[in-house]
Amino acid sequence: MAKVLVVTSGKGGVGKTTSTAAIGAALAQNGKKVAVIDFDIGLRNLDLVMGAERRVVFDLINVVQGVSKLSQALIRDKRLETLWLLPASQTRDKDALTEEGVGRVISELRETFDWIICDSPAGIERGAMLAMRFADEAIIVTNPEVSSVRDSDRIIGMLDSKTVKAENGERVNKHVLITRFDPARAARGEMISIDDILEILATPLLGIIPESQDVLRASNVGSPVTLNNPSSSPARAYADATRRLLGETIEMMVPAERKGLINLLLGRRAA
Amino acid sequence: MSMFRLFSSRPVPAPATAPIARERLQILLAHERGMRGQPDLLMLLREEILSVVSRRVALDPEKVMVRMERGRSVSTLEVDIELPNGFEPALAATG
Repeated sequence: MAKVLVVTSGKGGVGKTTSTAAIGAALAQNGKKVAVIDFDIGLRNLDLVMGAERRVVFDLINVVQGVSKLSQALIRDKRLETLWLLPASQTRDKDALTEEGVGRVISELRETFDWIICDSPAGIERGAMLAMRFADEAIIVTNPEVSSVRDSDRIIGMLDSKTVKAENGERVNKHVLITRFDPARAARGEMISIDDILEILATPLLGIIPESQDVLRASNVGSPVTLNNPSSSPARAYADATRRLLGETIEMMVPAERKGLINLLLGRRAA
Repeated sequence: MSMFRLFSSRPVPAPATAPIARERLQILLAHERGMRGQPDLLMLLREEILSVVSRRVALDPEKVMVRMERGRSVSTLEVDIELPNGFEPALAATG
């Protein structure tokens, strides 16, 4: 049965789009048929992070308004046969997105896809509400930093009250994904600890993605980090998180960058 | 570790700030979660005070200020209503 997953956070710049691309690609690598939808109307970026920016013809709003068919707007990934992208509109008014229209697109996608991943815009306005509206599962992307944790708490409250599932007395299955984690800074007590975040948010942990240059390198070349450098620490962390999402039990590790011995002894960050 | 510090660019480690972050978040979120889903208390108070006073005195709704100050042990509610000059006390009798 198809699953609708929202990747959300409240706060901007925490890694929603990076995580959507990385987990979408990892699910496709696991043989699932995956559609990723960019809900950030006016500020689309998922196409760029996935390297499909030059192939966008139609977008989500075109489909919602009946200007194009869903099959015309979906872009198939060049590397993975079962990964598809539904881009956001770059120019149109974000009010063009209606709940009824989004609901129609998602039920049509449910017929042919295993996973439908909604990349939420930042904030708690209309776009973010619609991205989570039909979700079965949610990934709350959180940085180990006070403002991100506070916004995540707010988003968790909305997932528990403003989604179709919540209104029907069911629950959205929520997971916290900690990104931009720096183990050395956490060890020095400069960064709020993972245990503290999980205790405060009272939501299970899906994975810990280390701060890494590989994430930037991957977005520079327009490739999900799980495809661009599968052996890198963020790619391995995303691959583990994806398998947990699929129900596997995998030991939670705090992934570390590879460091030289001297740097390790001195507690310096690897560049 | 102290021997290695000789080679380190950071001579003295800064005090850990993560526990402060946790404590601030716990206090803040306990408060915010309590407020969630409830209608805005100040807006409600303002509406109701306005309707009660308006029964007796014609009021400019813009001139009603309701402010709340949260303190450690007590919070205060400040209501500031500006009455128009020469309002009719007779209204009160008939109202």
